[in-house]
Amino acid sequence: MTMPFYVAPEQVMKDRAEYAQKGIARGRSLAAVTYDNGVLIVAENPSRTLHKISEIYDRVAFAGVGKYNEFDQLRVAGVRHADTKGYAYSREDVDARSLANLYAQYLGQVFTHEMKPLEVEILVAELDPVGEAHQLYHIAYDGTVVDESDYTVLGGDADTISAALGSSYRSGWSLGEALRECVRALSGPDRTLEVGDLEVALLGKGPERRAFRRMQNGELEQLLTTDAASVPEAEPAGGGAAAGTAETLPAVPEAGEH
Amino acid sequence: MTLPLFPPGADPGPSFVELWRRHPVGADATPRPAPSGGRPPLAVPHGTTIVALRYDGGVVVAGDRRATEGHSIAHRGIEKVFPADRFSAVAIAGAAGPAIEMVRLFQTQLEHYEKVEGTVLSLEGKANQLAQMVRANLPMAMEGLAVMPLFAGYDQRRRQGRIFSFDLAGGRYEELEYHATGSGGRDAKNTVKLGYRDDMVADEGVELAVKALYEAADEDSATGGPDPLRGIYPVVAVVDEDGYRRLPDTDVAERFARVLEQQRPRAGGGAAS
Repeated sequence: MTMPFYVAPEQVMKDRAEYAQKGIARGRSLAAVTYDNGVLIVAENPSRTLHKISEIYDRVAFAGVGKYNEFDQLRVAGVRHADTKGYAYSREDVDARSLANLYAQYLGQVFTHEMKPLEVEILVAELDPVGEAHQLYHIAYDGTVVDESDYTVLGGDADTISAALGSSYRSGWSLGEALRECVRALSGPDRTLEVGDLEVALLGKGPERRAFRRMQNGELEQLLTTDAASVPEAEPAGGGAAAGTAETLPAVPEAGEH
Repeated sequence: MTLPLFPPGADPGPSFVELWRRHPVGADATPRPAPSGGRPPLAVPHGTTIVALRYDGGVVVAGDRRATEGHSIAHRGIEKVFPADRFSAVAIAGAAGPAIEMVRLFQTQLEHYEKVEGTVLSLEGKANQLAQMVRANLPMAMEGLAVMPLFAGYDQRRRQGRIFSFDLAGGRYEELEYHATGSGGRDAKNTVKLGYRDDMVADEGVELAVKALYEAADEDSATGGPDPLRGIYPVVAVVDEDGYRRLPDTDVAERFARVLEQQRPRAGGGAAS
């Protein structure tokens, strides 16, 4: 009988985390922010048909980064959970928190017990239809849940993007401002993202029962080009020092507001 | 509660019915009734008259608000016309309980498919889904709990309104002009038949549907007419390229008032004899 090699649990976990992080870092990132009418989710995704952002239920949206087949399986499970729950009880009883907990349990379970962790990071967002108490649950590959209320970033570059977004974030952004800031943060100092590189969806307050809506290219184009006209400073900042960019940007939209 | 994940061989796909069978939440899967062996049918509320007709650019779907239990009125304000999804409507006649449950299942099924697959079912696909649900209800229908839906919607691929009727065994038939069912269905259908034209616009279609419901209520004791005292009016909905839209009660009330006005000479003649 052969004895298995002893590997310290710390090492096992470290290896798995590293493996998952590497997988996630291969994909592009995604940002979600609250704006004056709900929650906006912006992903860098050149595909028109393989979505990173999707509808789960009336006021709940899902977004994932990392390995597509893995987060898509989670997305479908989320739709199934929400639809069965809403059918069994009532549409009002479906919420993001319970779904986020289920995702966290599952991801945690796979991370500790399976050979291979899931190489995904997911977001469950819920719109508050009356107030501003929107919920953003950011769930990592190991099942860690972080509950955010303003903005969150998923993906390999999350720290950099999050810092860029955090420095400019202001509650009560209009849809256009929120979109432009997300795109600016996602593209970083050296790149510009075109409409074709983006997948954008939102949960917006309104009379419709289903708050989830994908933004089409025309609408995106319009909101993004308003950027060039009204915020000329945004363009040259891209070429400047990476550290300095963030502070200089929000000045213009704020001047318009107050 | 756990996350509903399935191994690849046992995945229910985009079907909510199949999912519910494998993963019922807080309930058992739909119970099947035992054969009654000749007992009289259960006394439960029944919904009555529904009507649908095509016009140039869409469909009108309308239904009265009464539910009857034997000879008494069980409810004055139940609704029998529902949005199935954005571009289709489902109306129901028959045993109210199973019918409303079927509508809920159907609505959930359409939305579930749309979310899981990322595309909307074709209008014909939706009608076939409903036919399967009617067929699955056959044992209940044998117990006297029959459900007779009417499905109508705007076909975005063909760019026209379409209507589908069903029989108790799950047969699905496309109606090219109009259809009505329920206890007052015959009267409603005859009224539509007399006033129907191929080139009607939405407004004329609504007018005709309202008149059909009026005539059905006039002849059939189980069909409710307009009830100004309680402010209860039949549900009238239109589905066109902009989707499902229910007409406001004030609009429906006005249209009924106009129909009454047209009928007044007739009523005067009756009173004189």
